[in-house]
Amino acid sequence: MNPSDWGYLQKIEPFGTVDGPGIRTVLFFAGCPLRCLYCHNPETWQAQRGEYLSVESLLSRIRRYVPYYGQVGGVTFSGGEPLMQSPFLLSCIRAFKAAGIHTALDTSGFGKHLVEEIVSAVDLIIYDLKTPDAQVYQALTSQNKAVTDDFLRHAQAAKTPLWIRQVVIPGRNDTLENLEATAQAIARLDFIERIEILPYHTMGTPKYAKLSLTYPLEGVPAMGLQEAKAFEAALIERVEFLKKQNTR
Amino acid sequence: MNNRTPFIDGQWQTSINVEDFIRLNVTPYFGDDSFLAPATPNTKAVWERCEALLAEERKLGVLDIEMDRVAGIDAFEPGYILKDHESIVGLQTDAPLKRIIHPYGGIKLAAKILEVYGRQMKPEFNTIFNTYTKTHNQGVFDAYTEGMKKARHTGLLTGLPDAYGRGRIIGDYRRVALYGTDRLIEAKKLDLREMTDITDETIRLREEVSDQIKALKQMTAMAKRYGFDISKPAESAQEAVQWLYFAYLAAVKENNGAAMSLGRTSTFLDIYLQRDLEAGIIDEALAQEYIDQFIIKLRLVRHLRSPEYDELFAGDPTWVTESLGGISADGKPLVTKTSFRYLHSLTNLGPAPEPNMTVLWSNLLPEGFKRYCAKQSIDTGALQYENDDLMSPLYRNDYAIACCVSAMEVGKQMQYFGARTNLAKALLYAINGGIDEITGEKVLEGIQPITTEILDFETVQRNLTVTMDKTAKLYVDTMNIIHTMHDRYAYEKSMMALHDTYVTRLMAFGAAGLSVVADSLSAIKYATVKPIRDERGLVVDFEVIGDFPHFGNDDDRVDQLAVDLVTQFSEMLKKHPLIRNAVHTLSILTITSNVVYGLKTGSTPDGRKKGEPFAPGANPMHGRDVSGALASLNSVAKLPYGDVCQDGISNTFTILPQTLGQSKPDQITNTVSLLDGYFAQNAHHLNVNVYSRDVLLAAMEHPERYPNLTIRVSGYAVHFHRLTKAQQLEVLQRTFHESV
Repeated sequence: MNPSDWGYLQKIEPFGTVDGPGIRTVLFFAGCPLRCLYCHNPETWQAQRGEYLSVESLLSRIRRYVPYYGQVGGVTFSGGEPLMQSPFLLSCIRAFKAAGIHTALDTSGFGKHLVEEIVSAVDLIIYDLKTPDAQVYQALTSQNKAVTDDFLRHAQAAKTPLWIRQVVIPGRNDTLENLEATAQAIARLDFIERIEILPYHTMGTPKYAKLSLTYPLEGVPAMGLQEAKAFEAALIERVEFLKKQNTR
Repeated sequence: MNNRTPFIDGQWQTSINVEDFIRLNVTPYFGDDSFLAPATPNTKAVWERCEALLAEERKLGVLDIEMDRVAGIDAFEPGYILKDHESIVGLQTDAPLKRIIHPYGGIKLAAKILEVYGRQMKPEFNTIFNTYTKTHNQGVFDAYTEGMKKARHTGLLTGLPDAYGRGRIIGDYRRVALYGTDRLIEAKKLDLREMTDITDETIRLREEVSDQIKALKQMTAMAKRYGFDISKPAESAQEAVQWLYFAYLAAVKENNGAAMSLGRTSTFLDIYLQRDLEAGIIDEALAQEYIDQFIIKLRLVRHLRSPEYDELFAGDPTWVTESLGGISADGKPLVTKTSFRYLHSLTNLGPAPEPNMTVLWSNLLPEGFKRYCAKQSIDTGALQYENDDLMSPLYRNDYAIACCVSAMEVGKQMQYFGARTNLAKALLYAINGGIDEITGEKVLEGIQPITTEILDFETVQRNLTVTMDKTAKLYVDTMNIIHTMHDRYAYEKSMMALHDTYVTRLMAFGAAGLSVVADSLSAIKYATVKPIRDERGLVVDFEVIGDFPHFGNDDDRVDQLAVDLVTQFSEMLKKHPLIRNAVHTLSILTITSNVVYGLKTGSTPDGRKKGEPFAPGANPMHGRDVSGALASLNSVAKLPYGDVCQDGISNTFTILPQTLGQSKPDQITNTVSLLDGYFAQNAHHLNVNVYSRDVLLAAMEHPERYPNLTIRVSGYAVHFHRLTKAQQLEVLQRTFHESV
């Protein structure tokens, strides 16, 4: 049994419409090295949990949903952090692509193995740019930002299309300073197809109680959809402005 | 003189052949919705008046009834809404929303309905139809056997058209516009002259064709009252719409069929509209006005129904089903600008259930049309979709949908509507030896009751086969009686006049409770089911121990049970010959009757309790399709259409807007992919509802704030506020697909 052909999935969502273009089957990989304060999927932190599946069995399951993908849909690898199971992830990407399925990787970029192969193989990267600031990154995620910077460098070298995402938390990073710094960081990147602001929400909090964990952002209110849209529009406008300046 | 381009010559000139005319003259449209025009001041004025009348009708239930005359093609004085603003005219009676007494289906029922509305039928109508002649209903009951009466009474066979008009017949209303009635009469006379071999069948047919000719003459006289001569072909676009509408109007003046469907008219009319647009005679605003005003008239069609009827088919539906789109025999999309205009009426006039907008979906439809349909679905909830790629090889290319899902070649095939049998009840009869679990009556003979402490799958299945086989025979016999009598006493002469003389008759049987039976068999097979018997020794409840697969989760273990059930039932029906060489078809469709059927059915082995509703149509049972939207669709897609359920497989699908995508364009893209994906698997029908449970809850509490909230139920759309409380609650129980 080749270990790269087997992996742990926390959950399969056959009909996702928010993580990438079109109708997508979202595969939630088990295990994450980050401990983001606002994480709404703490059940995916533990590695080797959930269902242990081979690439082959996963593909046969996904084939039932392929008719619905249309011209733009496909499969999104999410988590957890899919890069925690790099060999399995790479096998999946290659097998699915061979079957004609569009693949997207929803990631924090926190991975150290097979990164070059993965970013070249996958069709789209949905990159979670948590914060442009290394210190804040450490405080927010309990990890070192340098790892994800490396990932992004490889992704740029492979010219893989990128969607950039950021979770915005009221009273934390819904600031002009963050907006400016994030815009600066994005403006330095190429192959950007979409920029999305995800409003912080509290729908994941009951999971913490279930897992007997303390919720670090207790009492922080959810961000309104309107505010998030406004923040997103401002960010996009600023990125476009900076990009224009850069090319001048 | 005008500068209209002459139509392209073809076979349509030498024989009655509308399809040929369309094929030669159609201008397919590949663009988007940006050309569409808003409602004109005339349309607005007329619709405003209608809205006031409709509000009044909502309060009263029925606005008015014509008490002095009974149904007939030319029985009523002309009526108008706002004459000076109507570009398309004609009403069923002399006033809008005034309903017609229809005695031919059954005089007793007609009298009873009038009583409900505090009216008394004229005594002479009673005398005429009881003393001097008889009705369809009397004919049927003269011929019914004891067994049929019992099966009808317990609800093994239900909703039978033995006291109301059968419907599901589509006149080819386009013929009047293209040929004029003189030419159609001439063709019928020729058929009569050539019909000289005298047999039972030709005697009947000669009488029918003679009636058809009378109907065409009455139709001409009726139009004349409005000042139009439809004996000649329509010339202008306005005339084409008007002629076609008169032909349809004749049908709804004469008949009160359950479903009085329109056919496939938009692309036909587009040929006239396009020609007048190109000649500079009309502009887009006027083209839209003709369509909007036509649609207004279709929205006002009413029939006088009983409260019991409303329980079966809630919300006063008329199923003025219009089939849009599809692909022609030579592979061209039959999508025209007028296909868009019809759908655009939902924007200009606001959402409404009628006409029942039905999109014949093909993988080959232009992207712009697909997206516009999806947009209108999301915005108005008024559309249903049926698989053209599946139907066109079986019904050729000029077919239309009658009622909800029933395909037929326009003008060449008609349907003997067969309502449905309650399969869940059949399963209980299989367990209780043919005795009804509620009334205790013995309905079917020769079935051994099951007496074991635990239900054994093989035994139940064997008994069910016997029960279904006996039910099939009884069902076929019953339908043969009903339609013999309907042809004799309530013949739809104006509609049949717009068919070829030699039509193919499709006898459409139906089955309800499919997912209940599939889940029940699955429970018996994969879990342990203990029957609970009452003092009569009848099984009235079940204890289910352990888990079992449910239909709706893309699990072949149970989905195959459903496939086998319908395949088996279809084969059993086909063993028994039908009157007039009719062809057997079968639908899995309940309309809203799933609530009433549930009410009349005891507890079932799947865990459903006595009186609880079934799922509608072919839907998985409420809340049991827990593996997500796509798995649910995949399960229903496995049910076979061609040769088995060839009268349709209805699936009603509800999804939260935010689940469908974040932005409107994303939601549209994903709706298109969903439909493409479902139909690529040879699925047949899908109702698409995009709304949240909260909206429905709010509408239940404050119906006045949601007068136009339209939802798709099973094969038709309905204003939510017109459902009964029980039906509203059933809709709320349905699975709303959301992401986990």
